[in-house]
Amino acid sequence: MKDLLWLIPLFPLLGAIVNGLVGNRRGWEHRTTSAVALTGSGLAMLAGFAAIIDWATTLGTHGVHANRLFTWIPAGPGLTADGLLANLTIDFTLRLDALSAVMLFFVTFVGFVIHVYSVGYMHSEGARSYARYFAYLNLFMFAMLTLVLGANLAVLFIGWEGVGLCSYLLIGFYFEKEWCASAGKKAFIVNRIGDFGFLLAIFWAFKVFGTIDFAGMQALIEADPGKYASAATPIALLLFVGAIGKSAQLPLYVWLPDAMAGPTPVSALIHAATMVTAGVYMVARSNFIFALSPTALVVVAVVGGLTAVFAASIGLAQNDIKKVLAYSTVSQLGYMFLAAGAGAFGAGIFHVFTHSFFKACLFLGAGSVIHAVGGEQDMRKMGGLARHLPTTYWTFVVATLALAGIPPLAGFVSKDEILGKVFAAGVGDLNGFGSVYLVLWGLGLAGAFMTAFYMFRAVHMTFHGQFRGGHEAEHHLHESPRSMTAPLVILAAGSVLAGFLGIGKALSFNLDINAFEHFLHPIAPALEVEHAPVLATEWVLILISVAVAVAGILLARRFYFGPEAFRRPKALAERFPTLYATVANKYYVDEAYDRALVRPLAGLARFSWKGIDTVAIDGTLNASAFFTEIAGDLLRFLQTGNVRNYGLLVLAGALAAAAWLLL
Amino acid sequence: MITTTHYLMLSLVLFTLGVIGMVVRRNFITVLMCVELILNAANINFIAFSRQLGELTGQVFAVFVITIAAAEAAIGLGIIVALVRLKQTVNLDQVSVMEG
Repeated sequence: MKDLLWLIPLFPLLGAIVNGLVGNRRGWEHRTTSAVALTGSGLAMLAGFAAIIDWATTLGTHGVHANRLFTWIPAGPGLTADGLLANLTIDFTLRLDALSAVMLFFVTFVGFVIHVYSVGYMHSEGARSYARYFAYLNLFMFAMLTLVLGANLAVLFIGWEGVGLCSYLLIGFYFEKEWCASAGKKAFIVNRIGDFGFLLAIFWAFKVFGTIDFAGMQALIEADPGKYASAATPIALLLFVGAIGKSAQLPLYVWLPDAMAGPTPVSALIHAATMVTAGVYMVARSNFIFALSPTALVVVAVVGGLTAVFAASIGLAQNDIKKVLAYSTVSQLGYMFLAAGAGAFGAGIFHVFTHSFFKACLFLGAGSVIHAVGGEQDMRKMGGLARHLPTTYWTFVVATLALAGIPPLAGFVSKDEILGKVFAAGVGDLNGFGSVYLVLWGLGLAGAFMTAFYMFRAVHMTFHGQFRGGHEAEHHLHESPRSMTAPLVILAAGSVLAGFLGIGKALSFNLDINAFEHFLHPIAPALEVEHAPVLATEWVLILISVAVAVAGILLARRFYFGPEAFRRPKALAERFPTLYATVANKYYVDEAYDRALVRPLAGLARFSWKGIDTVAIDGTLNASAFFTEIAGDLLRFLQTGNVRNYGLLVLAGALAAAAWLLL
Repeated sequence: MITTTHYLMLSLVLFTLGVIGMVVRRNFITVLMCVELILNAANINFIAFSRQLGELTGQVFAVFVITIAAAEAAIGLGIIVALVRLKQTVNLDQVSVMEG
């Protein structure tokens, strides 16, 4: 099976083609469409699992299996940057190793679960748009699997652009609504900025290494790290620009909250669990380049840490349940980059892994809530839903606890691992940036407090207290169908269990049972830090982070639970009106971008349209047409059709000719 | 004594009459007759110079011109017959449109 890796992305591609080109045209019944889509993603999952098992049993988990399909771009002989003549080619190669195995596992698994959920969530769509939805979703699976399995930067880039396209298509799924369509455009355009950096990184790497194959680049760097140290910084930074766009980090995070315009399962799959983590995956995949460049690492860490706190603080004052989760996703992605920036690539990927379970569960739970209240997303019009949606409630709470970082759930284990690694990088003075890492650790802790607060604020506002949506809506409240609750339960179980795969060293009293890190070590080794903190210090850190999470939960309970709910936050908002307005309006970042970039660019476009195109180009064309017409109008009078006029003209011409000859 | 000049004067008068008639008259048949006048004015020129120069070339040309004039008259009258059948008129001002 491991030699048939190409089958894994092929299955969902076939599903997308069948549903998109045939099912959509013919308007197949829901049953047929979902059978095709579930077969596509289900077979991808089975093939993926089979490939992982085959690879692990034959090569061992430290092995790298490359599956070369064909030569994609034979560029011919050329000179590399250091003047060597090399035969430059790019192969279409898929690769299975520990890192792609992790991604393959949860992408196919979560992807399949969300396909199942979508069957219930989208059932009220018409036949054609139902087929369109599943075609896009399958196409996304194809692109994401290509991204995950790509053995070089170019194949990865195909998947990278493919998921961007599917993201655009699915955000704008309800394209009849203008704001949905423009949210899709925003996501696509903002991502383009990042992709530009990524492309430059690929070109630069090709120039420097003469190959963009991960294995090839790694071998070159391991042979002579000093030679490539200077080129590593720009390449790594440009790669990170790509990651900033795709993984919604400062300053390009603005598209992700708007991406919530898409259907909720899409938000769960693409904008929480899989696609947005592609940036983290790419950084971990090219860890050998980042490890060479202390500057790039600290930039990654700072951007990640700042994003984690910044997005979490916006999440404090959002009233749209999906927006809260969206900012939470941005914030958690920040944690993943913070880990990568501290050299703990494995810890970052581990958080990707656990996050995919609890954040997908939260989004699907939110989808179930939205489904129940008839499309309402404003939490101020919810409340008291726990009685009506018991399964959704319990799974949502479990996932929230995991995200807030309550032991022993998955989020606690992975987030604590990240904070521990960042603290260790600070104490151990990693690359001489020790104090920076210590500050980032503090920011991470503040972010953890805010995370616990805003998530429990969401739980209280949605599920506790009295229903605030009116009598009519209250009458319609109902638990979602089996196809929607079953995925919730599965993902909630994952949020509980996934953490046990990667229990950190301190948590297990130096037992060294961190299976996840051992698994990833051959591909994405963590940077060694000197003077690792002693066990007692680490336990103090763990207790601090748990205490912070509990404090956030208690504060949320005090603010939003019980008979006095909403009184204190209202009082606070009235006392600091400017501060509240700033946070609730997302620090006016969208408005600032609008003023600084969007409007000038729109003005330029308007000028090109009205000024250059309409006036200059069309004007020239119309003017020449006008003069030709005038000339024709005037000459028309000569062509009277009257024979005697012609005779007179002939006579005049003859006389003129004679005069010219004689005079 | 009738000199070449006299012939040329006659030719000039006939030519002018022909041209003026061709331009001012509306009747197709008259116009055709004016064309005959113009051609024959040219013929008189040919003959006059042939006699003065003692060469036959001019007379040969005159025969050719008469032939052409005959052909022209045949075609012109044919057109007139067709025109009368189509429009019941020989007035040139009423046939300025190219259609039908």
